[in-house]
Amino acid sequence: MNSLKVIFDFDTWQEIFGSISKNKTRTVITVIGVLWGIFIYITLSGAAKGLDNGFEREFQDMAMNSMFVWPQRTSVPYAGFKVGRYPRFTISNVKELKQQIPEIRFIAPRNARGVFGGSQPASVVHEEISRTYNIYGDFPEYTKIATKKIYKGGRFINEEDQRKNRKVCVIGERTQEELFEEDENPLGKYIRINNVYFQVIGVHKYIEGGGFETDGDIFIPFNTFRNLYNTGEQVDWFTIAAYADADVVAVEKNVKDLLKKIHKVAPEDERAIGSFNLGEVYNNISGFANGMTFLSLVVGLATILAGVIGIGNILLISVKERTKELGVRRALGATPGEVRTQILLESVFLTLIAGVVGVILGAAVLAIINLATQDLSDFPYTNPTVPIPLVVSALFTMVVLGTLIGMIPAQRAVSIKPIDALREE
Amino acid sequence: MISIKNLHKSYKMGDTSLHVLKGIDLNVNQGELVAIMGSSGSGKSTLLNILGMLDLADEGEYLLDNVLIEGLTETTAANYRNKFLGFIFQSFNLINYKNALENVALPLYYQGLGRKIRQVKALQYLEKVGLKDWATHLPSELSGGQKQRVAIARAMASQPKVLLADEPTGALDSKTSSEVMSLIQQINNEGKTILVVTHELDIAHMCKRIVTLKDGVIVEDQSVDQVIVENHV
Repeated sequence: MNSLKVIFDFDTWQEIFGSISKNKTRTVITVIGVLWGIFIYITLSGAAKGLDNGFEREFQDMAMNSMFVWPQRTSVPYAGFKVGRYPRFTISNVKELKQQIPEIRFIAPRNARGVFGGSQPASVVHEEISRTYNIYGDFPEYTKIATKKIYKGGRFINEEDQRKNRKVCVIGERTQEELFEEDENPLGKYIRINNVYFQVIGVHKYIEGGGFETDGDIFIPFNTFRNLYNTGEQVDWFTIAAYADADVVAVEKNVKDLLKKIHKVAPEDERAIGSFNLGEVYNNISGFANGMTFLSLVVGLATILAGVIGIGNILLISVKERTKELGVRRALGATPGEVRTQILLESVFLTLIAGVVGVILGAAVLAIINLATQDLSDFPYTNPTVPIPLVVSALFTMVVLGTLIGMIPAQRAVSIKPIDALREE
Repeated sequence: MISIKNLHKSYKMGDTSLHVLKGIDLNVNQGELVAIMGSSGSGKSTLLNILGMLDLADEGEYLLDNVLIEGLTETTAANYRNKFLGFIFQSFNLINYKNALENVALPLYYQGLGRKIRQVKALQYLEKVGLKDWATHLPSELSGGQKQRVAIARAMASQPKVLLADEPTGALDSKTSSEVMSLIQQINNEGKTILVVTHELDIAHMCKRIVTLKDGVIVEDQSVDQVIVENHV
């Protein structure tokens, strides 16, 4: 008999449906096994994807391949210098770094007051209110490395500000709240920073998780900062972004090696220059997310396999139970092939039904999780999804497994001779 | 219709072999109603199984409607059974989750007939056994006699050349037994060849010919005056 014809024959399915609906308890229990498997699989991999998306969202405000480099204390005597020296980065390092390390895309030197130990924050006055805030001297390039969201109407420091040593500043949300009236637009207004008047050109939106920055930070042009604090050539630290295809770990090493060379630090001195590599951290975290995805794949597939084996098991029992019925069918003219096909299709059908219901339930749970985590901004979880090809391949795997497992009871059903089957009471 | 020559069959029981049929010769013509009698162990069921192609003989020749039945695979045996033979069992062997109509239609399904035709034919045969109104009832909702009549309708549905009945009244009381036998006689009167295995003498006498088996051989083969059962159906 043509097997394709059998599959698309309405009667075949009626026969299968008849025998499946005969024992509803059996069917339901069997289905639950596989259903549970695919449900776990869909939910887990969706959850892993949500975590992955969440991490990605957390990092969206930072160039993934960016790093910070700052000087610390030397720990190895070198080139006539004693231990315990503080190397100082200078503005001329930018040129050298850019020239010698082509992987560097952007480099933004920064100076700050109030951030790291020792330095005083800026005292800021507006009308009658006086407060202190951390203050940064920045290049416009900084926004290429770390996104700074500026509220409507405002802007970040630009090249003109830099060149003309403009006394302009970008203030934080909290700064605005504390210094200005609620309905007062700070843009264009002047505030006094260390007794020098600065015009407010923007208010930046504070994004959590950005390291040491706060919602009260004030950004002013690097050159203006230099004049304000007399920092000369000094740079507190560099913020560097590499090209997307560059190996961030290698770039980090090159940058540090070059800076050591310039500032006469022993090449083997690990402590003299500190760095924080966001790309590396990101790689670790996305590695973790990938691990989660892989884990969910393994766990899900294993559970599905267990479920499908359960189906095979139950069908085996059911074949034993139905020995007589199968014997009658054979006596009435069912060929071994027809009996085998029927048992096989029962297996596949049960598996597929279970699979589809499992996918639907899994999707529903993911939708609920999605709703529940919609407003969470401090928890890295966004849009848990399972790609359709994954679902389809999971279903396909189940059908294949269902067929393979179904072969055992099917073969058993055929191996019983009709006469023995009929004799069994 | 049926012609067997020198049929032998033995079963292996561990080390010993049990010789059940020791050379059976039997000819059954079209339209006969034959009772096969014998005590248990006489080999009558084995003979019926071989005739029904549910079992294979070790030796001998079996012609059914001039077709030599030999070298059967499971598949060809199934096809022959479907085409040539109708079975009636002692325990009815209806499929319990199918209603009367579906049970009768089952052999037609294996013949590859379409759904509509199956329904029409099955209903036709149910009507013949007087159970048209019970078409949608499950076997569990039918009495023993009704179940056996459904089974007879099912055996008839594929329009077989021969009906094989294995103790068709074995599970029935005397009243329903006569009902069933009356139906069998009626079908036989329409020209169908029927073999009935029984160990009850009064049932055997409702047939036209009695073949008696003892220890694997035919000891008696006689035509009898048929006791016509009143038609209750």
